[in-house]
Amino acid sequence: MSVEVQDPSADGQAAAKNNGLASRRLLTDRLQLIGLSIGPLVAAILVASLILIAMGVNPVDYYTYIVNRGLLSPSGIEATLTRMGPLLLIAAGLIVAFRAGIWNLGGDAQFLLGASVVAALAPVLTGYMPVWLVLIVTLVIGAIIGALWSLVPALLRARQGVNEIITTMMMSFLGISFSNVLVKIFFLDPATNVPQTRTLPVEDRLPRLFDTTISSGVLIGLVAILIVHYVMAKTAFGLKLKIVGANAKAAVHAGLSVSALTIGVFAISAGFSGLSGAVAVLGQYGNVRADWNPAYTLTIVPLVFLARFNGFATIAYVFLFSVLSIGSESAARRLGVPNYFTLVTMAILLILLGITEMLDQKRRESRRT
Amino acid sequence: MTLSSQPADDAEPLAKPIVSLKSVTKRFPGIVANDSISIDFFPGEVHVLLGENGAGKSTLVSMLSGLQQPSEGSIAVDGTEMPIASPQKALSLGIGTVFQHSMLVPSLTLIDNVNLGGSWWKTPDREAIAKRMEETALSIGVEVNPAAITSSLSLGEQQQAEIVRALMRGSRFLILDEATAMLTPKDAEKLGQLMRRLVAQGLAVIFITHKLNEAVAYGDRISVLRLGRKVGALGPDELKSLGPEAATKEIIRLMFGSNGNQAAETTRAAGSARPLVTATDPLLEILALEVDDDSVPVTGIELKIGAGEIVGIAGIDGNGQKQLSEALAGQRPVKNGRIYLDGQPIEDLPIGARRHRGLRYVTDDRLGEGTVGAFPVSINLLLKQIGEAPFWRSGIEQGGAIAENARKQVKDYDIRTPDIETPAGKLSGGNIQKLLLARELTGSARAVIFAKPTYGLDLNNIAASRRRIREAADGGKAVIVLSTELDELIELSDRIAVMSQGRIVGIVENDGDARQKIGEFMSGVAA
Ligand SMILES: Nc1ncnc2c1ncn2[C@@H]1O[C@H](COP(=O)(O)OP(=O)(O)OP(=O)(O)O)[C@@H](O)[C@H]1O
Ligand SMILES: [Mg+2]
Repeated sequence: MSVEVQDPSADGQAAAKNNGLASRRLLTDRLQLIGLSIGPLVAAILVASLILIAMGVNPVDYYTYIVNRGLLSPSGIEATLTRMGPLLLIAAGLIVAFRAGIWNLGGDAQFLLGASVVAALAPVLTGYMPVWLVLIVTLVIGAIIGALWSLVPALLRARQGVNEIITTMMMSFLGISFSNVLVKIFFLDPATNVPQTRTLPVEDRLPRLFDTTISSGVLIGLVAILIVHYVMAKTAFGLKLKIVGANAKAAVHAGLSVSALTIGVFAISAGFSGLSGAVAVLGQYGNVRADWNPAYTLTIVPLVFLARFNGFATIAYVFLFSVLSIGSESAARRLGVPNYFTLVTMAILLILLGITEMLDQKRRESRRT
Repeated sequence: MTLSSQPADDAEPLAKPIVSLKSVTKRFPGIVANDSISIDFFPGEVHVLLGENGAGKSTLVSMLSGLQQPSEGSIAVDGTEMPIASPQKALSLGIGTVFQHSMLVPSLTLIDNVNLGGSWWKTPDREAIAKRMEETALSIGVEVNPAAITSSLSLGEQQQAEIVRALMRGSRFLILDEATAMLTPKDAEKLGQLMRRLVAQGLAVIFITHKLNEAVAYGDRISVLRLGRKVGALGPDELKSLGPEAATKEIIRLMFGSNGNQAAETTRAAGSARPLVTATDPLLEILALEVDDDSVPVTGIELKIGAGEIVGIAGIDGNGQKQLSEALAGQRPVKNGRIYLDGQPIEDLPIGARRHRGLRYVTDDRLGEGTVGAFPVSINLLLKQIGEAPFWRSGIEQGGAIAENARKQVKDYDIRTPDIETPAGKLSGGNIQKLLLARELTGSARAVIFAKPTYGLDLNNIAASRRRIREAADGGKAVIVLSTELDELIELSDRIAVMSQGRIVGIVENDGDARQKIGEFMSGVAA
């Protein structure tokens, strides 16, 4: 057994040494942090490159092409930013739900129903009111439709405690089919042979930013994310949601009305998805084609988790994803790499980020000992 | 501090230590929880760890049970230094732990909880497990219902089940972190005797408690921690030669330094009953209350509590106390009957509205529902006032006011925390309890229900908390105290009701022979 030396001066020296160590540690911490965020991205691209090589595609060509098309070319960056609008809105809705511990996975149907109804209504409404009013009214309607579609899972969860993962997914299947039915039967544009809704003329859509083709939908998305971020961090309402999410028993004990909050969370989250559908139609597509389903929700779910529900990090991840997906749509046409390859890159990135996180946690734990 | 911390110096039993801590240090952000502690644990001994709230006892045993790793120093098992890297490793070394806060899976039955460590490919023989469980429970003089879902049990019952589980796993080194805190004196005594039997068979036991009488009665060796350091130890010979009284005095001196004596006196001096309040209109009135529950339905509760009155509710844990207090607080529907607060019926009001009328409930489930462990201390102190001014204005958080409130409460209630932003779950058990008391006792209350208000507190804090409860009553509040500790009830209450199997079987004035009458009520029903 080692004998302990109790010498105060030795303590002092140790403290001084600790100070020096601490500042060096801070520096390496910073470097490590940067490494932790950039490293996985580089590694993900390397791994995806190997797959590309196996597919007979030159990865340098592929990624140069994507960066050029998704980020560097004027039309590319415009498309990227435009796409971010609906994605950010979905992310905003997911952040609210996940913070409150509620898994609203029915976003796709909430999005599509919002989109279809808005696509059917907007061209009609333009005959009765000014464009700006049409836009506001249809955005609100999109949100309401989305929220309504979450009502059944919300009530089941709040009143009966039925697991919402299952109910929202089932409502999602139903809603996607229902939206198709609406488009094919009731909202059909008689003027075309393609089964789709009437198309909103470009001048009646959400205004574009400056002289570009960027839709102002991206502003709606950014504002939504920032509001959600603020509400969650700074308001009593956000805190209540977080308490319900972190410890539902404590929420009950503290006298919060858990069922009302639950229904509220569903409405907000699904409302954002519906709004996202409205923004996609009003800002980008102008109509909804039958069988159209971009299935954004399940792609955004992991991004939101990686961002740890932080609004700013979410914006960064959504931006990255938009660049990749816009770029790869062009690459699909030019290089013959299927569109889905974006998902492959993203999936590898997600896995690598997960692994780095685990390693980082291990490292921190071992450093404490 | 003397250097006699090496037990080998006292004339030692020939046995070698099962487990030795060698200058173990454990640091957490902002605090050194254990500061180069060296202790040997011998087979055949009950080793009592003592120390005030936050002294570092739970941290110390968490390193032995594989939950935490030392920052410095090492642990030797059977003389060989080895890291205890995980709880599984600890179990395989024969180290079994019953933690301060329940580690059972709430949604499973006790049988399945016992089976959790078993091989996953085998279908558990539930009947055999149940049988073994009942036998083990019987041998330590407790009753368990192996088929009960854990979450339906009271905390005391869960703790008993955990002790049974640890014994069933064949531990040769048993750690009990405040295992008696939830037990009635009688059950605590049974557990004490059980510990004696276990060590007689050659096991080693670490026993953490805040009750010094237990420490002196059942301990062979005592180590005292203070602010993370080991400040003293009493070996078997010293304990014997000092005798219980002198030993207790010495321990108090070690635990609290100079102000210890004062604490002990406060507790003892308050032993007499409070002056009886003259009957006024009842402030809190419970009429023919019935509450549904699968295991312990509550029926026929009649209680009238006047302003300034403290009514104690005695009884063995799990006899409907939880159901009753939750129904009063609004966390459980009332099946029948009425509850009046200030003459107004409140039995149909939701929890928040009852709180606004002035009803407070200090839960005994401090981690499960009392706090949100991941949230800062400052927010937990305001958990029941979210959205209220001055801490929130128009729904917007006012960081300054929240921090100020937290700093004040932390100071007033002596909550030991590195920072007001520290997650509440990182505090020591006793300090979480102080946080709850601080939250419920500030502000304007009319009636307060305390469930085991001093559970897990050290002597000083018990004295302070009881003083606060008395002050609450003196300030004109109606107070209910539910406790398994008769001493506490006798010290605090004006009247004491005895609860058994969901009913109040008797109410006695707290006078000279209350203790005896309560005992009769308890055993009369048990028979
Ligand atoms: N996981 C943790 N992270 C940060 N600090 C911790 C953690 N666990 C314990 N601490 C701190 O270490 C100190 C010692 O805590 P510990 O739980 O060991 O006290 P204790 O002696 O068991 O007290 P009690 O009698 O109240 O249970 C406390 O100040 C506590 O806040
Ligand atoms: Mg403890």
